[in-house]
Amino acid sequence: MTSSETKPLIRLRGRSIMALVLAPEIPLDGWLNALDAQMERSPNFFDARPVVVDLGAIPREQPGIARFLQLLEQRGIRIIGTEGAHPSWEGIEAWGRPLPVSAKPGREIEAPVAHPGKSVPQPEVAATGGESNTLIIDQPVRSGQSVVFERGDITVLGSVASGAEVMAGGSVHVYGTLRGRAIAGLSGHAGARIFCSKLQAELLAIDGVYQTADDMPAKVLGKPVQAWLDGEQMKISVLD
Amino acid sequence: MGKVLVVTSGKGGVGKTTSTAALGAALARGGENVVVIDFDVGLRNLDLVMGAERRVVFDLINVVQGDAKLAQALIRDKRIDTLSLLPASQTRDKDALTTEGVDKVIAELKEKFDWVICDSPAGIERGALLAMRNADVAVVVTNPEVSSVRDSDRIIGMLDSKTLRAERGERIDKHLLVTRYDAGRAARNEMLKVEDVLEILSIPLLGIIPESEEVLKASNVGSPVTLNNPNSAPSRAYFDAAKRLRGEAVDVVIPLERTGFIGRLFGRRVA
Repeated sequence: MTSSETKPLIRLRGRSIMALVLAPEIPLDGWLNALDAQMERSPNFFDARPVVVDLGAIPREQPGIARFLQLLEQRGIRIIGTEGAHPSWEGIEAWGRPLPVSAKPGREIEAPVAHPGKSVPQPEVAATGGESNTLIIDQPVRSGQSVVFERGDITVLGSVASGAEVMAGGSVHVYGTLRGRAIAGLSGHAGARIFCSKLQAELLAIDGVYQTADDMPAKVLGKPVQAWLDGEQMKISVLD
Repeated sequence: MGKVLVVTSGKGGVGKTTSTAALGAALARGGENVVVIDFDVGLRNLDLVMGAERRVVFDLINVVQGDAKLAQALIRDKRIDTLSLLPASQTRDKDALTTEGVDKVIAELKEKFDWVICDSPAGIERGALLAMRNADVAVVVTNPEVSSVRDSDRIIGMLDSKTLRAERGERIDKHLLVTRYDAGRAARNEMLKVEDVLEILSIPLLGIIPESEEVLKASNVGSPVTLNNPNSAPSRAYFDAAKRLRGEAVDVVIPLERTGFIGRLFGRRVA
């Protein structure tokens, strides 16, 4: 069994959150009435959910935007940011720096029966995932591709190329050669592990603890290995 | 209906244009109707390698924008009449190409030719994406060194996600063409071995083109190497690759230069 020596830890974590995007339309009064009707039908829908207000559809000359956002907050809607806001609107800066308009508009959700848990980013490559919490990728992960699966494990049947990355909420299993990056325990799961049949990885990370290729002991390179966390330390051992 | 083939690599300078011309000429010599298209708008080279640079009147952009008919822009090769060239524009940039325009031109060419061979520009931007968009078959040109292999891997990923076939949920046939291969240097570990490249990229091998001065000689006289010196080592490798593209089963061998007795003698002493 081989392990690396202790080093000061710098933890880096990626986190993505699901925010609802509300896109008001003019006339604002009419839109607010419709919103009230909606909230009456499903009173707890906005409870504790972060909301981004997309103001892209509001014409630049529309007055009273700051007041309108206050009205939303009074209805218990937690606004974490705005996008598409025009800087000339009075009082808009109080709502924080507007987010850039995102390239992807997001998925329409049905308001009364929303399942916000289904917010897994779609991997670039075609993937098949069953009901179990494993994402199976039955082709190589190519350079430049990024596969993210926050709900569970990722199993790659081919290799992970140099310049590719695989990020899982649970463990990462690579049956080919791991040449790129593997990140397990994405959202704080210290029990996650990384397995591969040949280790040539650029980077391994579990729950924010990472090692680059330079840190990895020479004994484990090119071997079938597993990596896990022992406290705050990453251990890599050869599987035989 | 013809087949659309894209010759691509990600990295520049690995031999896309040389391979486009050589494969195009090899297929055309086998009696098939072939058109080669230069997608490298602004940095066109295929016309030079084909020896047609003084015959260019209209180009791909003129056709895409409707300023010229396809028949006006196509240049028929003087050596083989089943081989044509659609040149790129040297004065415009890649933004002048539209997706709809390219789709229309390719659809028209597929009606007329057995093979439509698209010479992709380097990079992974718009020009390269437009060149691969309509492809049925891809030839990924790779030199046996790490940066070229990684770039090719990236391009293979894009072939599987950014082409029309991929969008329709179909597979695109991908073939690996290893160029500038030097068996001696590979044996001395100065170059990646073909097995290593194949292991990393995991797509079928179309051919191994040996490093040869014949390639440069042919470019300089404006002729595909398969026409300029059909018996040279690289030409024989390209002819075999063309046969494999047509679906023939041909064993992959690395052709060597045929040298005279003295050459062999000295070659052995040096090695």
